[in-house]
Amino acid sequence: MEPLSHAFKERSVWALQDETLQVALNRAKDGFAVKRAKAVDALPEFEALRDRAVAIKNHTLENLDHYLERYADAVERSGGKVHWASSAEDARRIVVDICRASGARMITKGKSMVGEEVGVNGALEEAGFEVVETDLGEYIIQLAHEPPSHIIVPAVHKTRGQIAELFHQNHEKYGLTRKLAEVPEMVNEARQVLRDKYLAADVGITGANFLIAESGTSVIVTNEGNGDLTCSLPKVHIVTAGIEKVVPSAEDASTLLRLLGRSATGQDMTTYTTFTTGPKRPGDTDGPEEYHVVLIDNGRTTMLGDQFREMLRCIRCGACMNHCPVYGAIGGHAYGWVYPGPMGSVLTPLAVGLKEAGNLPNACTLNGHCAEVCPVRIPLPDLLRTLRHREYQLRLGLKPMRWGLAAWVWFTTHPRIYRLGTRVQARMLALLAGRKGRFRRMPLAGSWFRGGRDLPAPQGETFMAVWQRRQRGRK
Amino acid sequence: MNASAADSGAAGAVASPRVGLFVTCLANIYRPNVGLAAVALLEKAGCTVEVPMTQTCCGQPSYNNGDLDGAAKTARQTIEAFEDFDYVVAPSGSCGGMLRDFPRLFASEPGWQHRAQALADKTYELISFLTDIRGMTSVDAAYPHRVTYHDSCHGLRALGIKEQPRRLLATVRGLELAELADSEICCGFGGTFCVKYPEISGRMVADKAGAINATEAEVLLGGDLGCLLNIAGRFGREGGRVRVYHVAEVLAGMADVPGLGDPRQPKGGS
Repeated sequence: MEPLSHAFKERSVWALQDETLQVALNRAKDGFAVKRAKAVDALPEFEALRDRAVAIKNHTLENLDHYLERYADAVERSGGKVHWASSAEDARRIVVDICRASGARMITKGKSMVGEEVGVNGALEEAGFEVVETDLGEYIIQLAHEPPSHIIVPAVHKTRGQIAELFHQNHEKYGLTRKLAEVPEMVNEARQVLRDKYLAADVGITGANFLIAESGTSVIVTNEGNGDLTCSLPKVHIVTAGIEKVVPSAEDASTLLRLLGRSATGQDMTTYTTFTTGPKRPGDTDGPEEYHVVLIDNGRTTMLGDQFREMLRCIRCGACMNHCPVYGAIGGHAYGWVYPGPMGSVLTPLAVGLKEAGNLPNACTLNGHCAEVCPVRIPLPDLLRTLRHREYQLRLGLKPMRWGLAAWVWFTTHPRIYRLGTRVQARMLALLAGRKGRFRRMPLAGSWFRGGRDLPAPQGETFMAVWQRRQRGRK
Repeated sequence: MNASAADSGAAGAVASPRVGLFVTCLANIYRPNVGLAAVALLEKAGCTVEVPMTQTCCGQPSYNNGDLDGAAKTARQTIEAFEDFDYVVAPSGSCGGMLRDFPRLFASEPGWQHRAQALADKTYELISFLTDIRGMTSVDAAYPHRVTYHDSCHGLRALGIKEQPRRLLATVRGLELAELADSEICCGFGGTFCVKYPEISGRMVADKAGAINATEAEVLLGGDLGCLLNIAGRFGREGGRVRVYHVAEVLAGMADVPGLGDPRQPKGGS
């Protein structure tokens, strides 16, 4: 997907002005945070689980080559095939080639963020395949020709009315002409349409929440059961996964699963947790004839070797964005690429470059809520600050900001001048504000006021001046 | 004076520690009354307070905008100004938290890192210092108003400040605390964030003002002037009736001046 992150500022302003989007965001706002808090409160060992998860992930990342090889061997032993994709292009080509080789026409997809990252759908459609997303949220945005705006609830930005309209427009061709109003009706209609697709599909593509090295098993969590149908009904199953998804054992996966549902939706477990290992064996009643895994690097080994390694612990739960006040105000599309919110503000510049996405790490108040809820304790604010440092070193930021910072540092290292300067500033601002005690506007400070606020005026004297006078009086 | 405050110091507390007040840029320029309130509270808690004249800024503008060398220069200034004190106390969780982060700036300078660590280890935010280190359990102040409290993010998450101000506020005569829904959600200040992304910041502070209004409090209190200037600015624009003070001003019985952004001569006073 072509990144639009360079236009973050404009896109965020549009988002703030989009009344329908604001309705959808407000409706979603507290739901996830409240549900997560309840689930966490109900599990006394939650903090211990987080520590365990961090240890599992760190250990795996330190020995990633070993566990990836173990995983690949186990997949091959179970009759599956592993493909290594170092880039997004590689991943697209591999998936298209597998589909072509199997003579497929129709492809169903379970939700996969890495699929979005490398642009699987576009490549398949270009190659002439019919691709149908089976996760309800993904299905909705596919109909709307939009990217996901959240990593676990991709259509969170859509209102019920918008979805009803989309279904009305797109389901007519299946003879479903009634305009729906209630959620259960809409879910049923989507289910009806998708059921035929599952049965007709030649290839099913899913992502993976975890890859278990000891057994070559891939794990996906869903609430709709669409993942099961996608990976078991077609004769070919393709798993697309980032290389950081591997964990040593089933026990490790279960530790992480206990955190994932609670952190994401406040569920102890999602409705379905699906384990798939290899193709159908002789005597199995169902399952695919071919089982492929595409292991995708796409920049991950670079992260492994630099200051951003901790980001590879991410299990894609979405808790950071669910608790991010900036995400809550503007939604996911403003970020302009695949991953929004705090985790996206780290991943996007690493993937598409700071020149394109320099706004993302800056558009954060460093309030720390994301790190507080991250199940694998990724220090997101620190990583965002590190990206700002990189941006500064590359001289990519705005020049006036650079000059301003340099001037400020000079000022702060010359205390006499600092005291005098602040004294003049405090006195002058207080005089200018007069009895009103605040400013409604001020030259050169327009940005403050563009936030729809006045600027309180200083009391008039600096504290240092008051203190010096007081000390003189005491002597 | 509340004699019990000084006497009931936490175990191991120095009898009369020398405290260097890191007043912070915003208190220095905008609100000297906060600095004076901090001094009054620290003295009540049995501290000898000094204000080094060579202090300036904590360095957050540089640190949070990627200029780590600049931040280190400012940090050296602060370390030199304060390293001789028993404690360094700031009426701000944000600036206090920054001083605690100083060692990170000197990863490749062991000498300075050592000094930065020593400073970080004795740096506290004002209210948590009074309660957690000096064992203050009550204040001698009256403030017969319905107030609400905003938990500033850095104090809350970096320094664990949540109950401390509430415990002291509970001993202010006549004060009624109405808890704020979403009190742990950022107000949208975020240092330079508020001028880099004013529209997003503006939405966040408008939401915050709405939540404060819903408490029907007359006064908003908080521990960080950045957030308070932002919120007071929003109320000013809305024509709201909520007044805004730093929590130290109320605890020290010094909230008898106009609130942040209030007209210079209040009608009728408070």
